[in-house]
Amino acid sequence: MTIKTEPVTINLGPQHPSTHGVFRLRVTFDGEVVLDVEPVFGYLHRGSEKLAESRTYVQIVTLTDRMDYIASMSNNLAYVRAVEKLAGIDVPERAQYIRVISAELQRIASHMMATGFLLNDLGAFATPLMYCFRERERILDLFEMLCGARITLSYMRPGGLLQDAPPDFWPALDRVVKDLPASIDELEQLITGNEIVLTRTRNVGTLTAEQAIDNSVSGPMLRAAGVQWDLRKADPYEVYDRLEFDVPIGADGDNFDRYVVRIQEMRESVRIIEQCVRQMPEGGPVRSPAPFFIRAPEGDAYSAVEGPKGELGFYIVSDGGIAPYRCKVRAPSFINLTPLREMLVGGKMGDLITTFGSVDIVLGEVDR
Amino acid sequence: MTRAHSGEDAARRIDEAIPGAAVEYSQTEVWILPQYIQQTARLLKEDGALDFSFLNAVSAVDYVEYFEMVYHLLSLRRNASLVVKSRIYGRDDLSIHSVYDVWKGADLQEREIWDLMGIHFEGHPNMKRIMLWEGFPGHPLRKDFLG
Repeated sequence: MTIKTEPVTINLGPQHPSTHGVFRLRVTFDGEVVLDVEPVFGYLHRGSEKLAESRTYVQIVTLTDRMDYIASMSNNLAYVRAVEKLAGIDVPERAQYIRVISAELQRIASHMMATGFLLNDLGAFATPLMYCFRERERILDLFEMLCGARITLSYMRPGGLLQDAPPDFWPALDRVVKDLPASIDELEQLITGNEIVLTRTRNVGTLTAEQAIDNSVSGPMLRAAGVQWDLRKADPYEVYDRLEFDVPIGADGDNFDRYVVRIQEMRESVRIIEQCVRQMPEGGPVRSPAPFFIRAPEGDAYSAVEGPKGELGFYIVSDGGIAPYRCKVRAPSFINLTPLREMLVGGKMGDLITTFGSVDIVLGEVDR
Repeated sequence: MTRAHSGEDAARRIDEAIPGAAVEYSQTEVWILPQYIQQTARLLKEDGALDFSFLNAVSAVDYVEYFEMVYHLLSLRRNASLVVKSRIYGRDDLSIHSVYDVWKGADLQEREIWDLMGIHFEGHPNMKRIMLWEGFPGHPLRKDFLG
């Protein structure tokens, strides 16, 4: 006797703890196997790109904080670099070093979140996440010393930084950087060899190098697929060309590789911060004299940085006024969602949430 | 360092393969006629000397008398970049051919441009609004859109 079956369509989200924000997946299942996936988003769309057209260049820094709110520093950096390229503003050396230090701290904080939530999605509820949050918290404390804010930082300005780091910052940074490798080891002890994690993440959500390139995927997702591409090496900005670090890559492009690449990137970030502290000039200005109302010459400029989630780029068009004519964001979270359907179809329902979590998106940046 | 591919060289190669497609070039950019976008995209990706396999970003800018499509391309193997631009004149019923067949990475980005700029992409498999809901009046990133 044959049992008659038919596919069922289910809504996952928009309110669901595992969707990392307000995100909806319309999934069609055949039993437990995924037949079709349609992502639905835009719930957090605030029209940041439109808003930017009526703000001055300095004011827009605050809008960028609210895109990828897990990694505001990287957003600030990507945006101010685009403005500097367009308007031809130089940045003092000390400011460049502090920028790299804060961007790398932010990368660690963001990867900690990604790792913690991956474990959350696997069903290890809250405990591993809190281990990661403990480290992230210390980094947020450092940011608080730099600019008084913890999430929406607005620390960078076209031409430099808001202010120099206070004297207390350096010993505090030293303590955090000294403790981090041990914390990452501890995390790896809990996760990397864990049999449940291995079975649930290996060969799940696989993305080959060809697929990743074809889908414009960037960041840890691209590197986990085995493509050696990191803007810090490929197109060094700020002082990255003076620093020594490796670009970790994966082999299979599955969920486990993405996790491992993030862990190794955190270790490399620690190395980068240590070198910056050693190399940077003792004193000097951290902001070059740029007018408050920047009038960029007519034209356009595209500039990108290697954010924690991938290539974060700003394409700014100026008509010579005090506000950009058009400010377009190349948002890595948004573009990394392109191959989601390919990664999920044919998999199991239980793997769907894990794979989605391993992409590491922030809805503030997807929707903008 | 990512090297910017010469716009002149790209324009010459495009013109050889697709006569009349390239209209203008600068040091790093090349302008092509919108009706040739799909052919040009395929050439840029498949020509071994160009090898632009990575579509970095697709943007649209409203310059009031025309809309400009901007494609930021990257060759990971050669570590080179190229900007391809295309001007679409008019304000109503705008359309250009999708480059989804060449680079799948255009999928969500083209949908975003249709949603916010109102440029329709022919040949895109799922040309629906993405941020806003179906039936939303107008396209907010246009310069004549009044909230």
